Amino acid sequence: MQYIPNILFVIALVAGVGYFAKNIRKVIRNIRLGKDVDRTDNKNERLGNMVRIALGQSKMVRRPIAGILHILVYLGFIIINIEMLEIIIDGIIGTHRVFSFLGGFYDFLIGTFELLAITVLAVVIIFWVRRNVIKIKRFWSAEMKGWPKSDGDLILYFEMVLMTLFLVMNAADLQLQQLGAAHYVEAGAYPVSQYIAPFFEGMSTAALIMVERTAWWLHILGILVFLNYLYFSKHLHILLAFPNTYYADLKPKGQMDNLASVTKEVMLMMDPEADPFAAPAEEESDADPEKFGASDVLDLNWVQLLNSYTCTECGRCTSECPANQTGKKLSPRKIMMDTRDRLQEVGANIDKNGSFVDDGKQLLNDYITTEELWACTSCNACVEACPVSISPLSIILDMRRYLVMEQSAAPTDLNNMMSNIENNGAPWPFNQMDRLNWSQE
Amino acid sequence: MSETVKVPTMAEYMAEGKKPEVLFWVGCAGSFDDRAKKITKAFVKLLHNANVDFAVLGTEESCTGDPAKRAGNEFLFQMQAVTNIEVLNAYEIKKVVTACPHCFNTLKNEYPALGGAYEVMHHTQFLKSLLDEGRLRVQGGKFKGKRITFHDPCYLGRANNVYEAPRELLQKLEVELVEMKRAKRNGLCCGAGGAQMFKEPEPGQKDVNIERTEDALQTKPEIIAAGCPFCNTMMTDGVKNKEKEDSIEVLDVAEMIANAQDL
Repeated sequence: MQYIPNILFVIALVAGVGYFAKNIRKVIRNIRLGKDVDRTDNKNERLGNMVRIALGQSKMVRRPIAGILHILVYLGFIIINIEMLEIIIDGIIGTHRVFSFLGGFYDFLIGTFELLAITVLAVVIIFWVRRNVIKIKRFWSAEMKGWPKSDGDLILYFEMVLMTLFLVMNAADLQLQQLGAAHYVEAGAYPVSQYIAPFFEGMSTAALIMVERTAWWLHILGILVFLNYLYFSKHLHILLAFPNTYYADLKPKGQMDNLASVTKEVMLMMDPEADPFAAPAEEESDADPEKFGASDVLDLNWVQLLNSYTCTECGRCTSECPANQTGKKLSPRKIMMDTRDRLQEVGANIDKNGSFVDDGKQLLNDYITTEELWACTSCNACVEACPVSISPLSIILDMRRYLVMEQSAAPTDLNNMMSNIENNGAPWPFNQMDRLNWSQE
Repeated sequence: MSETVKVPTMAEYMAEGKKPEVLFWVGCAGSFDDRAKKITKAFVKLLHNANVDFAVLGTEESCTGDPAKRAGNEFLFQMQAVTNIEVLNAYEIKKVVTACPHCFNTLKNEYPALGGAYEVMHHTQFLKSLLDEGRLRVQGGKFKGKRITFHDPCYLGRANNVYEAPRELLQKLEVELVEMKRAKRNGLCCGAGGAQMFKEPEPGQKDVNIERTEDALQTKPEIIAAGCPFCNTMMTDGVKNKEKEDSIEVLDVAEMIANAQDL
């Protein structure tokens, strides 16, 4: 009987971590559905970017208030998690504060965790106020209605509850230590919870143990629930920011990739030796001709899909987008959210059917409209703004490619511009032979 | 614009068996747009003045394909690119300068993979290098002390991280350079990029160029300096929309340097 808590703990731990691992494998599988793109080059530069941008949060602080507040939560999150090690060992083998033998260093650790916990609690409340009282515009855009709004708030509530439980647990523990309760070794420093402890004045040891155990269990269970919540929320960035900044495009932002499939065709057209009536090579005739551009998530590359899971919907991209600021429908954040939602839908389809079965839907039109795509000025403000190196622009361009090259569905004005380039080598209807006339005018 | 300027072509250089120091890629706007042609001429005057041995492709030049690529027509882009690269390589071009950030970005970044690798400079970078080499004199003249704000072209700034060359040239003009609230990597687009220049904007509350012109007007400038023919058009239209065209000029950095010297 005395091992029941230990057994329950191990079951909760295995179930919690196991279910999360299962879902993460799904995320990885879904990302791998994307087309191949080589990001194995320049390992040092990539590592440097990851250390600077993800670990060092260098792009977060470009907006100093949000950036510094975010760093506080991020530091709290990472450092308080050291405590998880002790909680897990205690839970499995039934000890209490197994690291208390560290003495003064233990006091320092627990004291630090408490200060961080109260800081995180305060910052999370500020975040909540920014979203719900100050109503910062980027949290109230059209695409943030419904689930995305609740998702953002839920994460904050989770953190508020977890931090509160941690402090309550410590306060009850401190009170028990002072009462000299068995099992509760005198260890740790409690700079914050010492002010909560007086609320427990006069409670019986049994009642205090009840409070301490309840807080302890809810805290660890809460963490396991939160861990599993990540997969269902926008919050995966706490993990994916690292690979995402590592695999980000290193080229100058203005450089857009030259489609290799198009190069092949163009070179063939320009080759005077090429036989226009030649039968296609054996392997080519069987395969479907390669699709130009993207109409669905499976046409995107795996980095673009990783981008979509990494996006935490902060909306800095959208708030910098010239089209969005002037009232156009385009929102770079929505491009990322739509890509992720559609990818989740495709993933669920694969889970159900073994492989993807046409569901009559696609990213284009069912999620992202042409009006959004054509509003982009390709100015790269969204790419510059993203704190974790996501490129909404590359998805917009790939979808425009599909519209133009597969569907000939460009706006009329652009078709005119393109036929001018084809006919006379300029976007306007001027004769190429007049190109030097300016020098004589 | 009644004066003719001497502009040698690559074909002429080839006929004489010579090679220029640099090819001036004029671009479609620089060749055909009435406003941009003035920038082209001003830049040519500066090149002559600095004794730069340059040539243009003239009728052998064709659109780089930038607007086609950003519109999604990769096919047309690569056709243009491959054709242009054939011409450039036939003339054994090593160095290219252009006054258009879109041509600059495309030539510099997107041509190499298709076989066209050149040293490509934006005209403000090139003028800065002439200044550093002591070949170009930049002095304030009539711009001395004037309040000027510089609008960063997206394809020069964010796209290629060139922020300082145009500003250093403006400083040499002894102007009072005031930055807009959104400048350099945070600069707001003029609204023309991504092939928007050639189409009507999508429905919205406002045109992007008006939003950007308002940024510029907040600095109370006498001149809005630009480094891109398309930005120039958009900002000029914005200033007209705000009925400020009598008090605020939109000028390319090259025009300002040429005007300051009464070239």
